[in-house]
Amino acid sequence: METLTFNYKGTKQLPQRAHVGVVGSGDLEVLLEPAAHGSEVIVRTRFDGYGAIWQEILDRFFAIHDIKARIEINDFGATPGMVSMRLLQAVEVSYDEQNEK
Amino acid sequence: MTNIQETHSWTTRRDHKRKQLRSVGELTKGRIIPTENIVAVLEKLIASGDKVALEGNNQKQASFLSMALAELDATKVHGLHMIMSAIARPEHLDIFEKGIAQKLDFSFAGAQSLRMAQMIEDGLIEVGAIHTYLELYARLFIDLTPNVALIAADKADANGNLYTGPNTEDTPAIIEATAFRDGIVIVQVNEIVDELPRVDIPGSWVDFIVQADKPYQLEALFTRDPRSITEIQILMAMMTIRGIYERHEVISLNHGVGFNTAAIELLLPTYGESLGLKGKICRNWALNPHPTMIPAIESGWVESVHCFGGEVGMEKYMAARPDVFFTGRDGSMRSNRAFCQMAGQYAVDLFIGSTLQMDGDGNSSTVTSGRLAGFGGAPNMGHDPGGRRHGTPAWLNMITGDSAIQRGRKLVVQVVETFQQGNKPVFVESLDAIEVAQAAKLPIAPVMIYGNDVTHVVTEEGIAYLYKARSLEERREALAAVAGVTTLGMNISHKQRRILRENGLVALPEDLGVKRTEAKRSLLAAKSIDELVEWSDGLYTPPAKFRSW
Repeated sequence: METLTFNYKGTKQLPQRAHVGVVGSGDLEVLLEPAAHGSEVIVRTRFDGYGAIWQEILDRFFAIHDIKARIEINDFGATPGMVSMRLLQAVEVSYDEQNEK
Repeated sequence: MTNIQETHSWTTRRDHKRKQLRSVGELTKGRIIPTENIVAVLEKLIASGDKVALEGNNQKQASFLSMALAELDATKVHGLHMIMSAIARPEHLDIFEKGIAQKLDFSFAGAQSLRMAQMIEDGLIEVGAIHTYLELYARLFIDLTPNVALIAADKADANGNLYTGPNTEDTPAIIEATAFRDGIVIVQVNEIVDELPRVDIPGSWVDFIVQADKPYQLEALFTRDPRSITEIQILMAMMTIRGIYERHEVISLNHGVGFNTAAIELLLPTYGESLGLKGKICRNWALNPHPTMIPAIESGWVESVHCFGGEVGMEKYMAARPDVFFTGRDGSMRSNRAFCQMAGQYAVDLFIGSTLQMDGDGNSSTVTSGRLAGFGGAPNMGHDPGGRRHGTPAWLNMITGDSAIQRGRKLVVQVVETFQQGNKPVFVESLDAIEVAQAAKLPIAPVMIYGNDVTHVVTEEGIAYLYKARSLEERREALAAVAGVTTLGMNISHKQRRILRENGLVALPEDLGVKRTEAKRSLLAAKSIDELVEWSDGLYTPPAKFRSW
C-alpha cells in the first residue's frame, strides 16, 4: 500500500462534488471536491512503485482540466486508461449535478 | 531388342492410392475401419514423407485420429508433413517429438503457443510457414495438396456420406483438395447411421470411416460471459457504434472474438436503439455464433449470419432461427470456414478486432516473447482486398481524395485499451514480434494486421481516423493522440491533439456526444449468461463451464 500526494495550480471552479468508481479489482474510486485554491490529489494505491505513471496521468489530466479540486483516489490496480476514464467521469458528474439543479 | 520401354506414367498418384488401399484389405470391412484397428490401418495407409491434413480446426478436433496418429511406430511412418489449421491438442505436437512428423504448415496455435515456440527453438519442428486460414486452404489446391486427410464428422452412413452439421468448418475444403488428387480421406464419426439428416459430404469423396471411441472434441471458443465486460469496454463500444458504425453506415461486418466486440453486440439493442440505428447498420454478418448476439437478433437487428464454425450450446437456437442462419433442409446450421473467410474478405464493410501490441504505425501483433500463436483468420479479415470492385456506403465513405480513378476501402478497426492489466502498455515503439521472428528463424516478423490496412483505432481515449491521414507522419500523430500515457502517447502535445480533432482525424468521446458516465453495465442488453438464455426463450443451452446454476 502506498499513499502519494500531488499538487497543481488551477483556475477553474468546479460546481459540485462527485464520487465515481469502486475499490474493486482493476478499478478505483475517485472522490472529487471543489477547492478554493489550487488542487491536491491524494492517491492511496494497493500497488507500490508506480509513482511516475500516476504523475504522468495526473499531469495530463490537469493540463486539460485546469480545475481547483481536492481529489481522493483509492486504487485497486486499475490500468492508467481506467484511471483517466474515472477522472474524466468525475468531472462529467460534477458538471452534471450542476445542470440538474 | 529389349522389351523394357520407358513409358511415362500419368497415374502415379492413383496407382499409389490403389496400392495403399489394397494393403489394408484384411484390416477393414469395406470402407469401415473397425475402431480397434485404427493404428494398424493408419500405419499402412500413411507413407513416410506424406502430406497429411489433420483437423486441427478451430472449434472441432479429430481427436480420436490424432491420438491414433501419435501411436504410430516412427520406424514405419516418419517425416510426415502436417497441414493443420489449428494446433490445439498436445498430441498435435507430440508427433513431432516422436519423429512421426517433421514439417508443419499451419495457421493458429493458440492453446499450444508456448510449447510451439519452445519446440521451434529446439529444432524439433520445421515450420514451412504460418498462414491465415484462407491462405492455407488456397495452398491445398496448389502446393500443399494432402496425400491423406484425417477428418472429423458427426455421422456417416454405410456409403460414406457424411453429416458435419453446424461444425462443418474446414472439412469441405480439405476433403475436396484431397479427394480430387487421389489422396486418401479417413473420417472419424461419432456414429454410423442408416439415414443422415442431410448429406454434407458425398460418400464418393470418402475412402474410410471409423467410429471413434468417443465424440470428437469440440470447444466453445466464442462464448463470452457478459459479467466480465468492463465499463471501459462499454465506453469503447459506445464510441465505436457512434463514431464508426453510425458515421460510416456499416451494414455488413465481422466481429473478431473478444470482450470488446461482445460489448458492442450487447449494446446494439440498447445504445444503438437509442440512436435510432436499427435497420440502418449491422444487418449482415460473417460471424461465429456468438451467444452475445442473441439480444440483437431477437430485437430484429440482424438479417443474416454466415458462420465459420459452430458454437457449443447454440445449435437449438440457430435451428429455430433459419431466417437468420444458414441452415439445411434438416434444420441444422451448416458452417463453412473457407466460404466465411471469403465472405469476410470481399463481402463485408468492416472488420473489428483487438490486439495485444501495436506500434506507432498501427502494425499489430498478438505474438509476445516465448509464445507463437500464429494468425487464425485476422490477417484475412483485417486487410483491404485490392480485388474488390462493388461499392457500399461504408466502403465508398473511405474515399478521401478527388481523382477520377478511385477505390473505396474496407474499414479495418482495431479496438484496444492503452494499457493491459499490470500496467503493460499496448502501444510500443517496437513489436515483440520482431525478436520472436529472429528466435524462431521466421523469414518475416509475424504481424497480424499491418498499419496501412488499419482505417480506425479505438482506445478509451478516443478514435483515431487513420484513413483520413494525408501522410505517414499525420497517421503516426493521430495514433499517438489516442495512445494515452504510453511512451508513444506522450510524444504528442495537447495543441497538436486539438488540431487533429479540428481536422477530424481524432475524436474524443465528447466530440462524439458520448458521455463517459453513461458507460455502465446496466446499458448491456444482457448482463449475464442467464439473461442470454432468457432472451433466447431457453433455446440457448450454455456449456457447463458457463452455467452458474
